[in-house]
Amino acid sequence: MSMSAEREAVASDAAVVEISGRWASLARELLATRRVVIGLAIIVALIAMAWLGPLFSPWEFDERDFTAFRSPPSADHWFGTGNTGRDIFHLTMVGLQKSILIGLCAALATTVIAALVGAFAGYYLGFTDRALMWFTDLFLVLPQFLILAILYPVLRDQGWVVFVLLLASLMWMVTAKMVRGMTISLKEREYVLAARFMGVSHGRIILRHILPNMSSLLIVDATINVSSAIILETALSYFGFGVQPPDVTLGSLIAEGARQALAFPWTFWFCTGLLIVLVLAVNLVGDGLRDALDPHSKSRT
Amino acid sequence: MAKFLIRRLLSYLVLIFLASSIAYLIAATTLSPRSYFEQQQPPPSEQAIERQLDKLNLNDETPLAERYATWVAGVAVGDFGQTITDESVNEAIARKAGVTLRLITAGTLIGATVGVAVGAYSAIRQYGRFDRTATVAAFFLMAVPAVVVAVTLQVTAVWINDVSGMRLLEYGGEYSANLDGGLWATVLDRVQHAILPTLSLSLSLFAVFSRYQRNMMLDVLGSDFVRTAMAKGLTRRAAMLKHALRTALIPTITYFTFTVGILMANATFTEKIFGWHGMGAWVVDSIVTNDVNAVAAVTFFMALCVMAASFLSDVLYAWLDPRVRVS
Amino acid sequence: MTATSGTAAREHAEAAPGPDGAEVPVLQVRDLQVGFPGGRGNPDVTAVRGVSYEVRRGEILGIVGESGSGKSVSSMAAMGLLPDYARVSGSIRLHGEELLGLDDQAMSRKRGRAISMVFQDPLSGLTPVYTVGDQVAEAVRVHNPQTSRADAQKRAVELLTLVGIPDAERRQRAFPHEFSGGMRQRVMIAIAIANDPDVIICDEPTTALDVTIQAQILEVLKAAQRETGAAVLMITHDLGVVAGLVDRVQVMYAGRLVETGTVDDVYYRTRMPYTMGLLGSVPRLDEDEKAPLIPIKGNPPSLTDMPPGCPFAPRCPIATSECDAGEPPLERVGGEGHRAACIRAGEIEANEWTARDVYPVSEIAENPVAQVPREDRETVLRVEDLAKHHPLMRGALFKRRVGTVFAVDGLSFDIREGETLGLVGESGCGKSSTLMEILSLDAPQQGTVEVLGKRSGRVSGRERMAVRRDVQVVFQDPMSSLDPRMRVFEIIAEPLRTHGYSKERIRSRVMELMDLVRLDPSAVTRSPAEFSGGQRQRIGIARALALEPKLLVLDEPVSALDVSIQAGVVNLLEELKVRLGLSYLFVAHDLSVVRHIADRVAVMYLGKIVEIGDVKSIYRRPTHPYTKALLSAIPLPDPEKERRREHVVLQGDLPNPADPPSGCRFRTRCQKFAVLSEEERTACREREPELEHRVAGAADQAAACHYAEPDAVL
Repeated sequence: MSMSAEREAVASDAAVVEISGRWASLARELLATRRVVIGLAIIVALIAMAWLGPLFSPWEFDERDFTAFRSPPSADHWFGTGNTGRDIFHLTMVGLQKSILIGLCAALATTVIAALVGAFAGYYLGFTDRALMWFTDLFLVLPQFLILAILYPVLRDQGWVVFVLLLASLMWMVTAKMVRGMTISLKEREYVLAARFMGVSHGRIILRHILPNMSSLLIVDATINVSSAIILETALSYFGFGVQPPDVTLGSLIAEGARQALAFPWTFWFCTGLLIVLVLAVNLVGDGLRDALDPHSKSRT
Repeated sequence: MAKFLIRRLLSYLVLIFLASSIAYLIAATTLSPRSYFEQQQPPPSEQAIERQLDKLNLNDETPLAERYATWVAGVAVGDFGQTITDESVNEAIARKAGVTLRLITAGTLIGATVGVAVGAYSAIRQYGRFDRTATVAAFFLMAVPAVVVAVTLQVTAVWINDVSGMRLLEYGGEYSANLDGGLWATVLDRVQHAILPTLSLSLSLFAVFSRYQRNMMLDVLGSDFVRTAMAKGLTRRAAMLKHALRTALIPTITYFTFTVGILMANATFTEKIFGWHGMGAWVVDSIVTNDVNAVAAVTFFMALCVMAASFLSDVLYAWLDPRVRVS
Repeated sequence: MTATSGTAAREHAEAAPGPDGAEVPVLQVRDLQVGFPGGRGNPDVTAVRGVSYEVRRGEILGIVGESGSGKSVSSMAAMGLLPDYARVSGSIRLHGEELLGLDDQAMSRKRGRAISMVFQDPLSGLTPVYTVGDQVAEAVRVHNPQTSRADAQKRAVELLTLVGIPDAERRQRAFPHEFSGGMRQRVMIAIAIANDPDVIICDEPTTALDVTIQAQILEVLKAAQRETGAAVLMITHDLGVVAGLVDRVQVMYAGRLVETGTVDDVYYRTRMPYTMGLLGSVPRLDEDEKAPLIPIKGNPPSLTDMPPGCPFAPRCPIATSECDAGEPPLERVGGEGHRAACIRAGEIEANEWTARDVYPVSEIAENPVAQVPREDRETVLRVEDLAKHHPLMRGALFKRRVGTVFAVDGLSFDIREGETLGLVGESGCGKSSTLMEILSLDAPQQGTVEVLGKRSGRVSGRERMAVRRDVQVVFQDPMSSLDPRMRVFEIIAEPLRTHGYSKERIRSRVMELMDLVRLDPSAVTRSPAEFSGGQRQRIGIARALALEPKLLVLDEPVSALDVSIQAGVVNLLEELKVRLGLSYLFVAHDLSVVRHIADRVAVMYLGKIVEIGDVKSIYRRPTHPYTKALLSAIPLPDPEKERRREHVVLQGDLPNPADPPSGCRFRTRCQKFAVLSEEERTACREREPELEHRVAGAADQAAACHYAEPDAVL
């Protein structure tokens, strides 16, 4: 018998004594993972900063300070000012709001699409699987950035929800393939067979047994998708296919700042720094979650 | 075996064709080539624009189906039409594809190789100093968007050049336009230009691959067969290299397929920012100039690359893993 | 084995007699302790707590214990294969040389040369990307670097031939996945003996294998031991395997030795209540009488926080208050070398108590249905000429069909009310496919399945749901048969919800069911992970009983459990059957359990039933050669009987199910076929034998063999 199995046997015996709620023990597990705690703390701080910061800013979002063009950070302009005299702190906070919103919503939508497509393909196999996977391959072959760059300017007026859905519709494929693989293996689990043999319907089996049992994969993947969405939006705005002035996102700010990064570093580094911190925090949570939720990786420690 | 290969290649062809068609149709309905001509200085006459649009098969007055049919007829004989500046798309592809392929190949080789090596060593030395450093580096790199990496490298290059007082690193274009010198000067010039874009492309790949390889390696480290190898009398180190790493490489090969999409997008950013005239930069340029035929051609190229990579990784997979070989 | 004798001389020189004239033990373990840090705030685990033993040349020592007893960990320590974070103390000496504290470099020179190991799972034990020949050759070359590649390869072929791989010259180029489990285990043994070691540690070498393959592997191990003269450490949970094989045996519990001695002493003059329980909980293949098994109540202690006294005291029926005072030392009782760690060992010896005296055993009520003749009882399940075939695919990347597997090929049987039919056979014989076909309630590809008179695939959706209530299933693996994300309440309530029970009814029914399977009803709010294997299996049984089915399909329900836990579940199943008037279709590979629980038994081979009949007739006088081989292959936990028995060892592996042999499918491995004359064999080759009544005198026994004849093998 392998070492890990010996230890598992020991652990499960210990667990018999302990009575605790599932969520409580999960929460405890997560809080014991330092990366998750640090990552979450940073994300909460960034959210607070993005929404509360503008309230404390002495400048309005589209207000121009005609006395200060491209002025470095000062007591008056915390992050300095840009080419048109707008307050960079306020702009950055609004940009951060957008990026967080887009990142979270796009990741959620992506994960939902991926989970449904993957689970149905993997569960039913046969024709359903072939059709869905062919469709997935087609989307995988389409150059994501190019399609976004063409479509987004046209749909810009429909609001950010449309943008989120557009992002999600071009990001779900890899996750869907993983979900499919997981589903195929979960489908053969005896508890799924037991449910089938007691007459539980297929749809209910997928929703109640299969998807919940890959929740760790889905959660971890959702965090990866948060950062992918944020990064994709940044690139899009950078090349001018994203939001148009006066509206801003971190991407459009970075684009503007990059051109003068050496001469006026504050126009570049504040927004870039915040973006990196945001993505780093999300990735940190994702990686910590993987370790906490995946019993397989836990045995490594 | 041959039958399977042919069937697979056929399905690839269908996917590539469909992807290009979708891109063509989206571009043809949303982009406005007419506005490209209308904005020219001096503005051409109404009839001249009309004539030019008809000639390039870009006239939005022509029904979409008809334009599409014309395009497909061209593609069927290997002709992707004309760009908006009335240049052959095929010639443009021939010129630009090489640039991108060189960049991608070099970036991938460097990024993936270093990534795999670092990831594998991190796993063996889990929680050691090397592992911690590599983890921090990979995490940081994964958090930095490719555009920011490229811009930062550019800024750093400017700074280094300023400090050293020489043009050590080039950050615009693929080569100096009017360089006259011998072979070595040309090579040196090329390398000077290539360092930063290649680095920019390989950094993100390195981050992704080192994390992935580390995880795969950790999965394998506890395997029974590694234990068997040690029980035979191999040292831990020998068992790691000969048995664990060899086996842990297999999933990484499959993973490569999934990174190609990211790679293509990153190539776009890198080329655009460093002023290389490859297929990647063309993505942005073709959309900006409302060049429908070019958009379709770029899509075709990218789809082809994705499929080729997928095929390549399948073949590598079969070569590395005896379990999937058809006996 | 002659090829190994060259290096053997060197080893003999090393094993010189010690100063006192007695031979120095090859391996000597003193007060071994192994601990693992808990990590993440969990307490540390002490897996081995002060174990001492020694083995001499040519001796076979058995180490017996259930999972978590520390038997594997102690041997891994000897190999230096424990992970870095393990804390090992004490002393392990090989030929008097201390091994603990040696660095990896020095240890790697010992591993595989002086001390080698055969692991349990041959599936994952070989590196998938190298050929088996290369892997054996590597073992040769790593200790003899001067050997040329070609010579090492030649030696590898010799070794593979030695362990019984046919056509080794060609097959050494095969990859591990192309080998069956038995073949892979042979390769593992070839690697272990490649350098003629002094000690071979076998860690559950046959646990993952079928009985007929187990018999083959045990033969190979015995041969290897005879030839190398090595000391063998046989680690197992199977008391039968040890009985006929080893000289001395030691029983481990909670990281310590609790009883050691010669096999006869330990088996016949047991002095430790745990050993008694262990021996009493094994269902006996060689006993008709259906006395309930002896379950040991409770679970082994958690090794993180041990009670101060005897670790077995909480489960021991004869524990007294003194047992909690301190851990009893391993002290001599009775004969030479017989030692037990129990303060009442002397008392047990004086009174000559046996397991039946120590353990209270409940009686099982007589089944009232058994009085009614079989023909007069209602037919619960009828299977007629059932077949299931599926395409055989090759290659993961470029899939292609290479043939058709007839997993089930014309199966007929029936189950009457209150009856248990045992369906036995080795892996790949089609047992599981049969179950799935019955449970799916879809129209089978061929033949008919009738549950309580309703024909599968011919009923409306509503009727089908009604049939579902009557047939329920209990699966093998208590880990994967319960959804880990659900609470026990939700798990047991799921069938009730699906079939539209009201909220209050569900609540009371779930409580009722918990009670029925002897679990504390207040535990329904916990998740399955908080229960032990045996308890989880009880939850699975409760779920299966929720809809008050008539027929319970049991798919290897106890094979994943330790014997002492298994006994409790088997007893529960027997009790439930009588109380609720259930019928069982009991699928198992363990013929001892089947003999214990079943009324009738069907033996399957390659998708067909080869022999069917009542348990008594078949176990006493099997007529089909395959049944005989199966029964003969199972080692009995009875040293004397085991030493006297002649085992029929079948040749080779199961034939390719996509291309079964013509005529009788068993003829390629048949021990009877081997001794038939040429013209007698013609029938076997050309005509497929029908399953029919072949023996005069047996009321209910049919076999599919042209030359069936009764024969006692037990």
